[in-house]
Amino acid sequence: MSTVLSLTDLAVELGPKTARRQVVRGVTLDLVAGQIQGLAGESGSGKTVTAMAVLGLLPGSATVSGSVRMGTTELTTLRKRELNRVRGRRIAMIFQDPSASLHPQLSIGAQLTDHVRHHLGMKRKEARGRAAELLDRVKVPDPESALNRYPHQFSGGQRQRIAIAMALACEPEVLLADEPTTALDVTVQAGILHLLRDLVDERNLAVLLVTHDLGVMSAVADDVAVMRHGRLVESGARRQMFTDPQHPYTRQLLEAMPDAQESEIL
Amino acid sequence: MSAQVSRMSRAADARVSRRSKRRLPAAWRSPLALVGIVIAGAWFLAAILAPWIAPYDPLAQGLPRLTPPGEYSVLGTDVLGRDALSRLLHGARVTIPLAGVLVVCAMVLGTIIGAVAGYIGGWVDEVLGRLTDLFMAFPTVILAMVIAAALGPSLYNAVLAGIVVTWPMYARVTRSLVMSLRSQNFVIASRLLGYSPWRSMGTDILPNVMGPVLVLASLEVGTAILLLTGLSFLGLGAQPPTAEWGSMISGAMQNIDAWWLGVFPGLAILTVVMAFNFIGDSLRDVLDPLSSAERQGAGSAVGPTTVNADEGDPSAAVPSEPTEQEAPR
Amino acid sequence: MPTATKAARSRSTGSALPRYLLRRLGTSIVLLFGVTLVTFVLTALVPGDPIAAALGEGAIQNEATVEAYRERYGMDRSLPERYLLYLLALVQGDLGTSIRTSRPVLEELSTALPATVEVAFAAIVVSLAVALVLGTIAACRAGKVSDQVVRVVSLVGLSVPTFWLAIMVYRLFFMQLGWAPGSGRLSPALNPPPRITGLYLVDFALDGDPVGFIDAAAHLVLPVVVLSLFTIGLLTRFIRSSVLEVLSTDYVRAARAKGLSSRRVIVGYLLRGASLPILTMVGVAFGALLSGTVLVEAVFAWPGLGTYAYYAAINLDLPAVMGVGLVVGVIYVVINLVVDLLYGVLDPRVRLG
Repeated sequence: MSTVLSLTDLAVELGPKTARRQVVRGVTLDLVAGQIQGLAGESGSGKTVTAMAVLGLLPGSATVSGSVRMGTTELTTLRKRELNRVRGRRIAMIFQDPSASLHPQLSIGAQLTDHVRHHLGMKRKEARGRAAELLDRVKVPDPESALNRYPHQFSGGQRQRIAIAMALACEPEVLLADEPTTALDVTVQAGILHLLRDLVDERNLAVLLVTHDLGVMSAVADDVAVMRHGRLVESGARRQMFTDPQHPYTRQLLEAMPDAQESEIL
Repeated sequence: MSAQVSRMSRAADARVSRRSKRRLPAAWRSPLALVGIVIAGAWFLAAILAPWIAPYDPLAQGLPRLTPPGEYSVLGTDVLGRDALSRLLHGARVTIPLAGVLVVCAMVLGTIIGAVAGYIGGWVDEVLGRLTDLFMAFPTVILAMVIAAALGPSLYNAVLAGIVVTWPMYARVTRSLVMSLRSQNFVIASRLLGYSPWRSMGTDILPNVMGPVLVLASLEVGTAILLLTGLSFLGLGAQPPTAEWGSMISGAMQNIDAWWLGVFPGLAILTVVMAFNFIGDSLRDVLDPLSSAERQGAGSAVGPTTVNADEGDPSAAVPSEPTEQEAPR
Repeated sequence: MPTATKAARSRSTGSALPRYLLRRLGTSIVLLFGVTLVTFVLTALVPGDPIAAALGEGAIQNEATVEAYRERYGMDRSLPERYLLYLLALVQGDLGTSIRTSRPVLEELSTALPATVEVAFAAIVVSLAVALVLGTIAACRAGKVSDQVVRVVSLVGLSVPTFWLAIMVYRLFFMQLGWAPGSGRLSPALNPPPRITGLYLVDFALDGDPVGFIDAAAHLVLPVVVLSLFTIGLLTRFIRSSVLEVLSTDYVRAARAKGLSSRRVIVGYLLRGASLPILTMVGVAFGALLSGTVLVEAVFAWPGLGTYAYYAAINLDLPAVMGVGLVVGVIYVVINLVVDLLYGVLDPRVRLG
């Protein structure tokens, strides 16, 4: 068990000068290799902003304080050029809606290889070979021809698989997954979650899984943290959180969720 | 120069919104609008007061010819010994009101045609739509030039030509607004209640069309001034010896060494048009919060409260012109 | 260019390119027919007397001359008859003879059109390049000082009277500083290139004549600068709002999350995403440019379509005016077509269906 990424006292302020709000307040979390750290909370609780803050993807007007540390590197103070060496290369991200996060006018091949070539200095052919392998690994049928196709020619579930392949292309240590199954059909969700779990075990990935869906959480997370109004109200191992929640808010959430216990798929 | 379509796209962006009506005064607080209002106000004053503040009669030829600024008069004299400053001030009396007339007439004409097409639909819409397309296929200045030449060169014919070439954009904007409003529940409801089409047009539809159309018109004043002075420059508008900016520039071309004859009328046109563009652009910002700069601000409430919030934004279906084709028909 | 996506969509629903082109041809012919009709009605039903305009004071007194003229240009016939005759000739590729110059309209247009196309095309390329930079900067720095500066600059660009600016730069850069040639397409000492496309730059290049090429390019500079200013304002504002829209999409965020350099993100993802609306607007801007050429050509003595249209209009030279209307209509149709086809190139959803 080794900690790959630590957030310490992370705080984020957003909004125009006149209506500045603290959206994330003092979040402390450790991501561990080979484990999925769930981050739950209702919309507006600051969980997505937390994930964005890790990669410095918030708008320029945001102020981030506290620390995001990866090994000996402090990410919050990195300059853009150095940050770009971490983004995609050491920490990758997948987004909620794959039909929005893939560029509609670029072929899958182009989107799967441009950062590989950029970060790892691979030649086009080599990068395409790797991309095809990855597509095969995430179970996109006919990977070679998929490279020449465009996002609109795939189903939602396949698109998210492609997005996962894209995130993993440079073999990052950390994966930030922002509601990766929310935009998908329920029947497709399970497949994506299975894939995610397999990839974590196989590649020793550290994952931050942001979701409002406790069902998803109970299905794949190793540890769960619950966020409300920008603060962590409770965190701990999944089993303990689901069987013996300490904080009243966590209890509320669980009660609101039908059949939390049974929805485990693993 | 024409830019008819550009103006149209900008105004089409403007959303209908009750709330923005209440917020209208915000437009006057933007520095850009303030600059525009001050400049436009100054020119209005100049136009009104010209007979009293102009040092000479704009048509009187008594001064020494082609003297540079400062010697006999602030802005010099022209080839006939007329005072350039007096002509400049009197020029404001010609162009600004006529541009206003042009815009108002084109707006009324275009709005009526667009409203009829949008409200009745069917073949009427089809025919009027084709007609609108047809007029928009011509570059504005070329069409206006042909019309002005055919009618015979005069300022009034130039205005007429301007109306003929600019009404189509009002028609387009109005048509799409009316079409989207027509299918709104509150309009349908009033029809179901038995109110006449006229009433539903007058109380439900037109008030919601006016905002975007007026923004478009405010942006069009500048274009109208450019068109009228351009036609006069070509000799198809104001005729000598009228003191009009476009023809003054045209006269300056013949005496190109007398730089002061060309520079100042041009600056006059530039500043007036700029003032109207500043005002129109600020107005559009207020009516269309989506296009304003703050939209980036962390998902603050940018969506305008619409006429009928639960029915959705009636203007959502209003195409911003260049992307009109994206809207399902 | 309102039909762009509509047509594109019809393609994506399974119909092939030829069928689309055929349909396009149909609507184009209807439009061109309408254009000739409008031009004809405008010029034929108005009070001005073209014969008087053509003959001048003296000859107008001579009834025989006037009659001969009327007959020669078919003006002794009724209006519908004249229009039908015009269309009949048109189908055979005959645009009639100019009253003013007594030369075939088609021949005159074929020299005027390339002159205008050359300057308008150069202007649109320059405008697009500048506007892409300014508009992207403004969008990426929305609300900041640079955004405000770009906004004011583009509004001022939209406010400058083109003909005045033309005279000003002519005075300054030609008469005063002598940095650029003043008027025409070529220095008097040079011969035009052998006519291949009619575009001097292209023809000189094909002819392998560097001296002529440079001279022609130098003559383009001032008209292009003057014409561009307006379209720069127009396109900058539009590009800003298009880019702003794309800026908040997930795919741009995803591209940034991949660690690509800002330049790659902007060019490869951001601008590509905004390319379709921008393309449509470029088509519109091209139309605006054609309007501008009338006034600018007058100042720079540029023997283009604008100048030709001007003389045709003031002389009420009906065949010439009709010819101009037709050419303008054809340009409109062609721009629409090019925009549509480029849509297919830029957007795989359109291309592959």
